[in-house]
Amino acid sequence: MLFLQSLISGLLTGGVYALAGMGMSMVFGVMNVSNFAHGDLMMLGMYLAYFAFTLLNIDPYLSLVLIIPLAFMFGYVLEKVFINRVIHHPHQNQILLTIGLGLIMSNSALLAFTSDPRILTTSYSSSSFTVFRDVSVSVPLLLSFIITCGITALLYLFLSGTRTGMALRATSQNREAAQLMGINVSRITAIAFGIGTALAAAAGALIAPTYYIHPLAGHSFLLKAFTICVLGGLGSVVGATVGGLIIGVVEALSSVYLSSDWKDVVVFVLFLAVLLFRPQGLFGKKGDQ
Amino acid sequence: MLKIKELCAGYGEMPVLREIFLSIEKGSIVSVVGSNGAGKTTLLNAISGIVKSNGSIICNGEEINFLPAHAIVKRGIVHVPEGRKIFPEMTVIENLKMGAFLQQKTYQKNLENVFALFPRLAERKKQLGGTMSGGEQQMLAIGRGLMGNPKLLLLDEPSLGLSPLFTEIVFNAITEIRKSGVTILIVEQNVYQSLRISDRGFVIETGRIVLSGTGKELLENHDVKKAFLGM
Repeated sequence: MLFLQSLISGLLTGGVYALAGMGMSMVFGVMNVSNFAHGDLMMLGMYLAYFAFTLLNIDPYLSLVLIIPLAFMFGYVLEKVFINRVIHHPHQNQILLTIGLGLIMSNSALLAFTSDPRILTTSYSSSSFTVFRDVSVSVPLLLSFIITCGITALLYLFLSGTRTGMALRATSQNREAAQLMGINVSRITAIAFGIGTALAAAAGALIAPTYYIHPLAGHSFLLKAFTICVLGGLGSVVGATVGGLIIGVVEALSSVYLSSDWKDVVVFVLFLAVLLFRPQGLFGKKGDQ
Repeated sequence: MLKIKELCAGYGEMPVLREIFLSIEKGSIVSVVGSNGAGKTTLLNAISGIVKSNGSIICNGEEINFLPAHAIVKRGIVHVPEGRKIFPEMTVIENLKMGAFLQQKTYQKNLENVFALFPRLAERKKQLGGTMSGGEQQMLAIGRGLMGNPKLLLLDEPSLGLSPLFTEIVFNAITEIRKSGVTILIVEQNVYQSLRISDRGFVIETGRIVLSGTGKELLENHDVKKAFLGM
């Protein structure tokens, strides 16, 4: 029972991790940029959900309707102003830029919101229901998992069915060929970063009701999102989904059977093992960077 | 159709094209031949806007140099790049759809034409591009280019790495495409095959056009024979 319980809560948390991983993977796939500001963008999503709830009285899950378009526009502008300047430059320049942007975000948040952790408490924050004997499911986790599934399905339909989605995939598979098809790749790149940012902020908002909201909360998520991307194969959206679920389950199981101090160790051992034995990731292609 | 004047391009400090002059008549097949590193691919990349260049490229009376690549495609100049560069994780049909990105209205008609030209593609509609053989990928790359309603088709090394059988298929297809009224510029190392089907040929050497003439003239030219045909 303990196993089933931790498996379920692991899967539910993993769903949100997957969302964060997908955003990072999308940016990497289309732009070949590792976005080290991804965790901080998640943190901004957490605060947006928090203030939407405390100031405007909007339910954190409902506030996604506002947060997603807002974050998309923020990401789009961020790409147009900063990121596109380094897109053809070496990786270390891109990393410096995105780390810098992340630092500005987290430190601005420290200045504006202080370092006191905040908690978003909704009426159903600690409610749960029993599914089977002593296995119970927490309501906020289940809600966020369902919404994650919805967002993932929409993203999948968008990528496979729409013109812009096809252009995004084409650009990630071969940037030069995409240009030759008549795709305006600089616009597509900004859209990709916008979507990446929107996914990060959505993941932040979804996790806000079950997590401490803190200006530096993004850092641990950045590491997680990065691990998920590498595990699933950088640039693969399907890989990020599976990677997220795996990380969620591994964390949950190891904190039950070892101790919660050890869960990060297990995750990173897994990360190193993937790098050693399958460096292209579960769904990545050999020879990709 | 296309007039190129004093075209210069390079990578960083390194000049690759030095004052290229070239003109292409509407409805003709023109070949640019030359050895590795002579600047053939850079020439095509400069025309399609992938590489920045100085000088003038005039297409049907309009200056198109300095336009972004996607705007050049819109004007009917379609580039089938070296190494085919098909989308490996898209199916044949999706690849062809991408080729019609700016030409949605003529999609159905062009699709039928491409399948008539390369029946092999019709058989493999659902196959992922990356899992096809080199020859099939080349057919797909040319087919994808045709989906964009080209007025001028730029072909970069269409026979590179292909078996003699596929080379034959590709060159037959090129003459078929010309019959439908498309102007074609080919860049090739397969000098014999490309000059044979060309109305005009240009020999490029270290970034300059050093020789030009009709395809037949060049094939009989002593220097061309010696340098490229091993005679």
